[in-house]
Amino acid sequence: MKITKQTVENVAMLSRLNIADNKMDKYIEEFSNFLEYVDVLQQVNTENIKPTAHVLPLQNVFREDIVKSSLSREAALANAPEQEDGYFKVPRIIE
Amino acid sequence: MSYEAVIGLEIHSELKTKTKIFCGCATTFGAEQNTHVCPVCLGLPGVLPVVNKKVVEFALKAGLALNCTINKFSKFDRKNYYYPDLPKNFQTSQFDLPIAEHGYVDIEVNDTTKRIRITRIHMEEDAGKLVHAGDTIKDSASSNVDYNRTGVPLIEIVSEPDMRTAEEARAYMEKVKSILEYIDVSNCKMEEGNLRADVNVSLRPTGSEMLGTKAEMKNLNSFKMVENALEYEIERQEEILEDGGHVIQETRTWDDNKGITLSMRTKEKAQDYRYMPEPDLVPIITTDEQIAAVKKTLPELPDARRDRLIDDCGLSSYDAGVITNSREMAEYFDAVIKQNVDAKLAANWIMGDLAKNLNAAGKTIAESPVSAKNLAKMIKLIQNNTISSKIAKKVFDEMWQSDNDPELIVKEKGLVQITDTDAIEKIVDEVLLGNPKPVADYKGGNTKSIGFLVGQVMKASRGKANPAMVNKLLKEKLSQ
Ligand SMILES: [Zn+2]
Repeated sequence: MKITKQTVENVAMLSRLNIADNKMDKYIEEFSNFLEYVDVLQQVNTENIKPTAHVLPLQNVFREDIVKSSLSREAALANAPEQEDGYFKVPRIIE
Repeated sequence: MSYEAVIGLEIHSELKTKTKIFCGCATTFGAEQNTHVCPVCLGLPGVLPVVNKKVVEFALKAGLALNCTINKFSKFDRKNYYYPDLPKNFQTSQFDLPIAEHGYVDIEVNDTTKRIRITRIHMEEDAGKLVHAGDTIKDSASSNVDYNRTGVPLIEIVSEPDMRTAEEARAYMEKVKSILEYIDVSNCKMEEGNLRADVNVSLRPTGSEMLGTKAEMKNLNSFKMVENALEYEIERQEEILEDGGHVIQETRTWDDNKGITLSMRTKEKAQDYRYMPEPDLVPIITTDEQIAAVKKTLPELPDARRDRLIDDCGLSSYDAGVITNSREMAEYFDAVIKQNVDAKLAANWIMGDLAKNLNAAGKTIAESPVSAKNLAKMIKLIQNNTISSKIAKKVFDEMWQSDNDPELIVKEKGLVQITDTDAIEKIVDEVLLGNPKPVADYKGGNTKSIGFLVGQVMKASRGKANPAMVNKLLKEKLSQ
């Protein structure tokens, strides 16, 4: 896959990142290198290998349905950039 | 040109667990904002979510009740998107290995049974709730977020695009709700958002196999909304196509007050959820033994129950469908007929006067002031001719007020039906004497006038005369 300026811009938009114009070439190159490396990995024969769902040899880790105490509202909101009436306040959502 | 709608539904149902899907915060509805939150559901760094056992159990139950195959190897994935109701910036959901797949439900529309296939059922967490400063999201300068609902367990039931009309979509959603209620995995309180549907619809020329461009409407939380939004949207797309235009693939919001759908332009340009396996949660392995054990816990489901009421109780398909649609009503009905009363009469009273009173009072049948036991007793009084159906309505109203024993009501109010021929004959004679004109009319060939005379006898007996006997006696006397 050919990485273009548009690809980088799209990935940045999806991740809510701003990428300065003078950094663009650097990112295009880095992205291309990542994908080239993935191409190398793609060459490994995985025919008889099960897909990995998790790296730990664990399964079925559950907890009982028992209520634990929650945070106080003050603590929950402590890191909120803005708050109002016990809510997290966020900027306008729709364009 | 005539068009055919192609409709698919994604139904989100909150599961009735005590705690959230990955943490011990309570799921109780209506708590003060941001008081049921903890580092796990707020997505603070370094926390470790652990799956609530009950969620998997409920999802398995739903999967089996909706005729799905259970994936014995299932896992969670991260669905990445940015929206303020999602504190982690991803929703923990299931992507390629959902808990259940390939199911179906049968719906009945216009006396025909139609099978709607279910693509998959997956487990996921609910998002928080946004409160907007303005009237709508569009004219709000800012919004407030309550994360109490974040992490409340959901199952998402995805249908194949098998529905063709708004009515079918509604019937499908009603059936799914009914089944979830029967298996007791969700409260299904639509007004509290326990059950909501994302609906997608496209049109194509009738007979065509190709799919048109679809529009999606999210978060519809009543049957009426689903039906109205679809009807509107089908008409809107039809007009566009008729004019030679193209439907745009987009998410539209349903404005319930105006009765229209509106385009919803969000900041997200192209949806790309970039799913990735959730590294903090390990796979869920389900064995055949577990599946068999869950299967055993399933109650008799609506379709089976309906068939039983048709076959064993002689109810019509329609009546049996109405009664078994809600588990509560089906159980009430069973409790009534267990007292050995006529099943059809029981169905009529439950679907008639009882349902009417419950609706007016905004009560569910489980909260009915008239107990199943007393309704059964009342029906027995009708069956053994102690009271007429007309008097029964009076008795029923008394029971609605007090839930007193109907036998007592009948005795206290002196409502016992007069079945004594002599007593009725006496009244009949009086009425015949007092109404010479209708009598003459009848004798002159206008047999309809007997209706008036029956009415007069019933009135004179204050409704207590046995109507069949009144009719018979009047006819005998008039033809003498
Ligand atoms: Zn929590």
